[in-house]
Amino acid sequence: MIGHRLLRSPAARAALATRSRWRLVAISCLLGALTVIAATGLLTASGYLISRAAELPPILSLSAVIVLVRFFGISRALLRYFERLVSHDLAFRTLTDLRKRFFERLVPLVPAGIGGLRRGDLLSRFVGDVDSMQNLYLRALTPPLVAILSGVICVAVAYLILPAAGLALLVMMLLGGVLAPVVSRVAAHRAGRRQAEARGALATSLLEILNGSAEITAAGRREDWLERAAADDRRMLRLQRADAVSTGLAEGLVTFIAAAAVVAVAWATAPAVADGLLRGVWIAALALLTMGAFEAISPLSPAAAGIDAVNAAAGRIEAIIERPAPIAEPDDPEPVPDTGSLRLESVDFAYEPGRPVLTGIDLELNPGEAVALTGPSGAGKSTIGELLVRFRDVTGGRVALGGVDLRRLSGAALRDHVRLGPQESYLFATTIRRNIEVGRHGAALADVEAALDAVGLDPWVRSLPDGVDTFVGEGGVRVSGGQRQRIAAARLLLCGARFLLFDEPMAHLDPDGATGLELRLTARARQRGQAILVISHTVADPRNYDRIVELRGGRLAG
Amino acid sequence: MIADRSGPNRPPEASRRARQAQRRLIRTSRIARRQLVTTVLIGLAATALLIAWASLLAAVIAGVFIDGRSVAEVTPALIWLVVVALGRGLASAAFESTGRVGAAAVMSELRTRLTRHLLISRPGALQGEHSGELVAAAVSGVESLESYFSRYLPRVALAAITPIAILAWVIPIEWRSAVILAVTAPLIIVFMVLIGRLTEARTRRRWGLLQRLSSHFLDLAGGLETLRANNRAGAQSEAIARVGEDYRRETMGALKVGFLSALVLELLAMIGVAMVATAIGIQLAEGQLGLEAGLTVLILAPELYLPLREVGNQFHASTDGMVAAEQIFAALDEPPAVAVPDETVPAPDPTAGPLELQGITFSYPGRGEVLSGLELSVQPGETVALVGPSGGGKSTLVSLLMRFADPEAGRIECAGVDLARVRPDEWRGRVVWVPQRPTVFSGTIADNVRLYVPDAGEDEVERAASAAALDELLRGLPQGLRTRVGEGGRRLSAGQAQRLALSRAFLSPARLAILDEPTAHLDAGTEQEIVAAIERLLEGRSALVVSHRQRPLVAADRVLELTGGRLQPAGVAA
Repeated sequence: MIGHRLLRSPAARAALATRSRWRLVAISCLLGALTVIAATGLLTASGYLISRAAELPPILSLSAVIVLVRFFGISRALLRYFERLVSHDLAFRTLTDLRKRFFERLVPLVPAGIGGLRRGDLLSRFVGDVDSMQNLYLRALTPPLVAILSGVICVAVAYLILPAAGLALLVMMLLGGVLAPVVSRVAAHRAGRRQAEARGALATSLLEILNGSAEITAAGRREDWLERAAADDRRMLRLQRADAVSTGLAEGLVTFIAAAAVVAVAWATAPAVADGLLRGVWIAALALLTMGAFEAISPLSPAAAGIDAVNAAAGRIEAIIERPAPIAEPDDPEPVPDTGSLRLESVDFAYEPGRPVLTGIDLELNPGEAVALTGPSGAGKSTIGELLVRFRDVTGGRVALGGVDLRRLSGAALRDHVRLGPQESYLFATTIRRNIEVGRHGAALADVEAALDAVGLDPWVRSLPDGVDTFVGEGGVRVSGGQRQRIAAARLLLCGARFLLFDEPMAHLDPDGATGLELRLTARARQRGQAILVISHTVADPRNYDRIVELRGGRLAG
Repeated sequence: MIADRSGPNRPPEASRRARQAQRRLIRTSRIARRQLVTTVLIGLAATALLIAWASLLAAVIAGVFIDGRSVAEVTPALIWLVVVALGRGLASAAFESTGRVGAAAVMSELRTRLTRHLLISRPGALQGEHSGELVAAAVSGVESLESYFSRYLPRVALAAITPIAILAWVIPIEWRSAVILAVTAPLIIVFMVLIGRLTEARTRRRWGLLQRLSSHFLDLAGGLETLRANNRAGAQSEAIARVGEDYRRETMGALKVGFLSALVLELLAMIGVAMVATAIGIQLAEGQLGLEAGLTVLILAPELYLPLREVGNQFHASTDGMVAAEQIFAALDEPPAVAVPDETVPAPDPTAGPLELQGITFSYPGRGEVLSGLELSVQPGETVALVGPSGGGKSTLVSLLMRFADPEAGRIECAGVDLARVRPDEWRGRVVWVPQRPTVFSGTIADNVRLYVPDAGEDEVERAASAAALDELLRGLPQGLRTRVGEGGRRLSAGQAQRLALSRAFLSPARLAILDEPTAHLDAGTEQEIVAAIERLLEGRSALVVSHRQRPLVAADRVLELTGGRLQPAGVAA
């Protein structure tokens, strides 16, 4: 059953997230239903008014109904206004809760637990998914409840006037509120499934043309790629045309049912009037009531058609939120030792069983020492950095700080002593100063400036009109790859950890810059008695280090 | 980011840009124009059906109530009503279907224009950067354009047709109601504009803040690893809740004002309907009007306001729907990168004479001159290495040589022929180019190797692959050269892609080779293998090898350094 599947879908579980806000949900539904009822009341009262007037009564006897008509008219507009405010408020509140929960669940998953999903654009896709859940809260959650609530009342009123009319209305509302949305959803689902593959192929050929235009042109192969893109385009267009007709008809269904409902109610009412069982004034009122009642039904079909997109987004969010944390925090962590060295002891590591990345690694980083870890790209250097701060767990052997296995320490406490500057260092869309302060919250300005000086950025920062308070990233100054790298290094230098691990700090720098930064980093760490491990595919000057170890084929050499 | 469907949180400038894009779409796209005409025609039909509906329904009700007709007597009218109901359903289906078909066709037309523009006028102009965004717009943009064509455009057509048609129908039936409608309907439009004006400044002010808040979450998620490494993730989760709360408060503040316009519209419409109902009621009670006429007007009255209100509600579709088109138009507006001469001369043969660059000057907007009066001469068979700091203009020089761009001043000659007089395509056919970041196209490895020579035989491909040191990779692959790579296939590392690009070059018969940073981003071991392959490639070819290193990695006849936009012999110490 479609309904059954829907109730067990990620979207339904996401909808349940509003239960802590049930009061807002209730108010929103109530206001929505009252809005529909006011609109229906306006039409019904108007229909009654003019029918009664047609019986030529004294005008004064109509005044009560005239007041009612005006009351419904004004209250409908006001109710609608408040309903929209409440439902948006509910959506934003729920979204904030969801964001916070999503972020908290994401933290322990980065970087080990999300597989290849490390890159920023994938994360931003998840952020987009979280945002798109507002479609659920605004368009799919309350409308069905509003339709049920207002539908029951409209049917009840019609039933009280004439049972046959009430039954006719009930049947038509069920058709419009259940059948039409189901048809819409099936049509949209089918279209989405059929188009997905064509869409992917088209995106691939377009992306190739955009990224490879120079090479395609240089090779004189333009027409080949244009023809390929055109073929993908034609296939897509053919599917879209075919699906447009079926989705269009599904959308038109609810308009037809709404109009047919008026006919059905009139048909059910006419005999009663002809037989004198019902006063004639009611027939117009009932026909117009039917028109009003369908106002709650019409948003259901588009919502049903859009449920696939919401479901997919909810599913992706769930997949992240429910992923097991790759690192288990100890129940009763030991205090982090203040002395001793950081050691890898016969460490093995594999991302997947049977394909070892690291085998039998022994590496020691003593207090105050400067060590370089080199090796070809893909050798597992960055993995060693991640093992040392326990972003990942070893699959064999152990990592120990001052003789204590890292698995017996709290992760946060460990990272106060051992700090890693990840390879893809990230600059937040804020000031230079705030970006560096990520290394140590609430650091004094003098310390930030000293760190900038240590990475050789001082002259550049001084040349900026706003100095350390210059915005970087989005909307701020453009920062070159090298400057980004240096800011990230300054961030790491600011922290007071005993062990500093730099992953590829000299990437994106020209040879002079790389040599200079290497010297500055190692000298500064030495001066402050911090141990430093530089992970890099090349060493600019071996004299900067106490030791250089090379990682090759998953083993240490030299 | 949160985009409320009916709220004011699109920046005011966006609607102006969207209007421009709409006009341009109608002007330049035959399909879009046809779509507009179709929509108006359906709108006319829908309005006619609506009036027929109201008249028939009123006739049935008045017939039963006033004239005391039996069910059998009104059955034909009821059947007609069902037919009209079917027609109304079909009209709304037609809006939806033609809207979707039109959107798909318009997007397809735009995509074709985009790919031709990029490949023919601006090859190489869009490397990486926002290409993903543009592809998303070109492929998925159809969804927002669908709601533009199937919701917004029909509403506009109906808003223009229906009120006038209904008024024209009502005037002869009941002129007093017609006056009420004729006064209140324009009032709705006046108020819509007035309120828009009043709230614009406020909306604009909030917009900037909202945008900053909404990008905050994205920013935090992107930098999560950094936050976690620095033990700052916990604090940020509180910040997310706080920022979310700020965001909600700000948005709600904006919406309170934004929804006001909808409130006023609804109030006016509701008051209009109530006034019409009262006016009709009084006239009926005074015996001046028949019930059938009164009912017709009453049923039509709300339908007159409906499209006006809905235009406001669907207004977002007009701006959202144009976002994709705007992006594509922006890409189309980039001028062609290379001027193609009207009269061309045949491309020169690089083995017949030297490649000469004379007084070459080139600058980027905002970056000043990268090349200023550069001079260079490469003799046939000579290998020249070009070194210099990153950002020094080496890649620009390569683009000029490949005719992906024209120099601002100066001439590029080969064997005495000015390249500006040669068809760029023909010249490119004489050159083999190994780019800094080669593209791996989706297909087999063999297809990729064949880029320059699509009809190369199996053995030629194998020879080229092994000359480029691809053997080791191929041995590890069960399907060898037939392994699928690129999108949906096996991912190649930077070094493997570099070797793939070299194997393409080996297959090419061109005698002039241009190599742009062929060993960037490689570790020492991989670099050595590739250098050996490059040296094999350059045998018997003239070559320009670009590198950011002080010492070029290839045995070059001359090493030149590019600094300050000019070339000079590099430190002889090399």
